Amino acid sequence: MSLRVNDLRVHYRTLRGEVKALDGVSFTMADGEILGLAGESGCGKTTLGKSLIRMDGRMRHAGGTVELDGRDLPIGDDKAMIAFRFHEVSLIPQYSMSAMNPTRRIGRMVAELLRSRGVPLDVKELESRLDLVGLPREVLNRYPIELSGGMKQRMVMVISTLLDPSLLIADEITSALDVSTQQAVAKALLGFRESGYVKSMIFITHDLALTSHIADTIMVMYAGRLAEKAPSNKLTKAPRHPYTRLLINSLPEIGVRHQDRMLKGIPGSPPSLLDPPRGCRFRDRCPMAGEECAEDPPPVEIEPNHFVACWKA
Amino acid sequence: MLKVDNVTKVYKVGTFGGKTMTAVDAVSFDVRPGEVVSLIGESGSGKSTLGKMILGLVPITSGSITVDGVAVKPGKEYYRSVQGVFQDPFSCYNPVFKADRVFQLIKESYYPAVPAAEWTERVRSAIRDVRLNPDEVLGKFPHQLSGGQLQRLLIARALLLDLKLLIADEITSMLDASTRIDVLNLLAELKARGLGVLYVTHDLSLGHYLAERTVVLRHGTVVEMGVTAKVFDDPLHPYTRQLLSAVPRLHAPWEEAAPVGSCLYHERGGTGGLLEADPGHFVACAQLSNC
Ligand SMILES: Nc1ncnc2c1ncn2[C@@H]1O[C@H](COP(=O)(O)OP(=O)(O)OP(=O)(O)O)[C@@H](O)[C@H]1O
Ligand code: SF4
Ligand SMILES: [Mg+2]
Repeated sequence: MSLRVNDLRVHYRTLRGEVKALDGVSFTMADGEILGLAGESGCGKTTLGKSLIRMDGRMRHAGGTVELDGRDLPIGDDKAMIAFRFHEVSLIPQYSMSAMNPTRRIGRMVAELLRSRGVPLDVKELESRLDLVGLPREVLNRYPIELSGGMKQRMVMVISTLLDPSLLIADEITSALDVSTQQAVAKALLGFRESGYVKSMIFITHDLALTSHIADTIMVMYAGRLAEKAPSNKLTKAPRHPYTRLLINSLPEIGVRHQDRMLKGIPGSPPSLLDPPRGCRFRDRCPMAGEECAEDPPPVEIEPNHFVACWKA
Repeated sequence: MLKVDNVTKVYKVGTFGGKTMTAVDAVSFDVRPGEVVSLIGESGSGKSTLGKMILGLVPITSGSITVDGVAVKPGKEYYRSVQGVFQDPFSCYNPVFKADRVFQLIKESYYPAVPAAEWTERVRSAIRDVRLNPDEVLGKFPHQLSGGQLQRLLIARALLLDLKLLIADEITSMLDASTRIDVLNLLAELKARGLGVLYVTHDLSLGHYLAERTVVLRHGTVVEMGVTAKVFDDPLHPYTRQLLSAVPRLHAPWEEAAPVGSCLYHERGGTGGLLEADPGHFVACAQLSNC
């Protein structure tokens, strides 16, 4: 087993109380697995990613455990995590493309980063990875502004995986790219796994269609909890959770035009995570809600590797 | 209403600005009232630069941009009718102020006479229009909200003004599918009320869903533009075809995509510049435009 997350609870401290952004999430990832993580904005995807790497000062590890390759990941202990960051777990953050230092040539930036981690620069290795993602070697002499979005994103991918981490977390790395560049980035990610640069991967995205092309498994979260997790084609073809179903129905595939057929979103919004109500968190918006939904639905493995947290699934 | 005429933008780059980079190269198109025009291209294709020039945030190197015949003039009057919502919502907020301060600023500069209680109700209703719960988001600092939540607050802010033209730059890229559809339907509603929208996106299905006309941009130049249905059903430029074939579809693997084919520019009689291959459907030459 690559990753084992057990009842993870991560809160944000705010003046009005603690925001329970992750409220008891459990799942496992097999060696070599690519897990697509989807769900409504604010459901806790980024929080999950950050928890496995670095909690910022406002985050609090409120409970639960994380195991990576059989070892406890000390996620609540910022110092103890140093040994793991970049070496064992690496994160490509949301909006990372705009975060590259614009005044440094890329090659120099990479060298500085490695030096700060006490690792020598292996130019051969770096070049072969540039080849893999389809970047010309001379990008190292360029400034970030001289790269297109897709090139920057692939560069960030190369940098984040230089130390062959076991787990790579990619947070919305394709959302700013055009579709053909998205495809190139997605295929490069598959290439990384193939070449053993990373073992497993969490691919966070809003784009279910894109995830379904690269992820082995898709996990859908709702309001800080797991709603459904299943092999990709299962999840997209035969979703069981009402939220997943509505989500998939709201996807505009090419061919649909507003003037001909108006797609519908899911009315309502998720509950406040400051003080989430008891029971199923999707209840207010769920067309199938019934009395039993006043109790928390536990995730149940209804078929091998297909987990659903819904009383009516 | 919006007229972009032969606009070019050259940036200086490098440590001492010793190099230049042409981000936008002789681009022309227009947006009419009550119309959504989608501008498609990857990040770096110049579409955000175009948006920023229309908003007067970066100067134009050459060419002209006018709204109702008047050249872009950054300032209070201009921004009353022309607003932008951008890709990276975090950059629009000052981290030390609560997110709702952006609404307060609108009131102070545009609606000082509106009574506080009425203003609060307008703000809350704009927030509900973008499908957020006002009690949930008002009073929070930017870092306490997710990217999608911040983005919708920006749209809500734009909705509070008497807009004629909205530049929506990747506003839906961080939204989840269901919220995205709501925001798109919201834009459709606004255009029915006469608003012109320049909808900048990399997502072809979203552009297709919403826009009357489509402009495909690559490396700063227009490679193809026209009525959306024409561009999607009869794409003439290889880049457009490549984009269409790379769109991820839920139940079809990428491998089944059709081959891209060759440039049809000369075949259709092009001799330089944009060719009007069909009425209102323009295409550039793939060889000439270094694509
Ligand atoms: N620093 C913070 N303080 C308080 N609340 C926070 C903080 N950061 C995030 N939150 C809240 O935690 C919840 C989860 O946020 P998170 O950023 O993980 O969502 P997400 O699923 O990544 O959303 P998106 O798809 O928009 O990126 C949200 O309700 C958000 O408002
Ligand atoms: S548990 Fe009830 S409310 Fe929740 S998703 Fe299932 S049916 Fe809907
Ligand atoms: Mg996020």
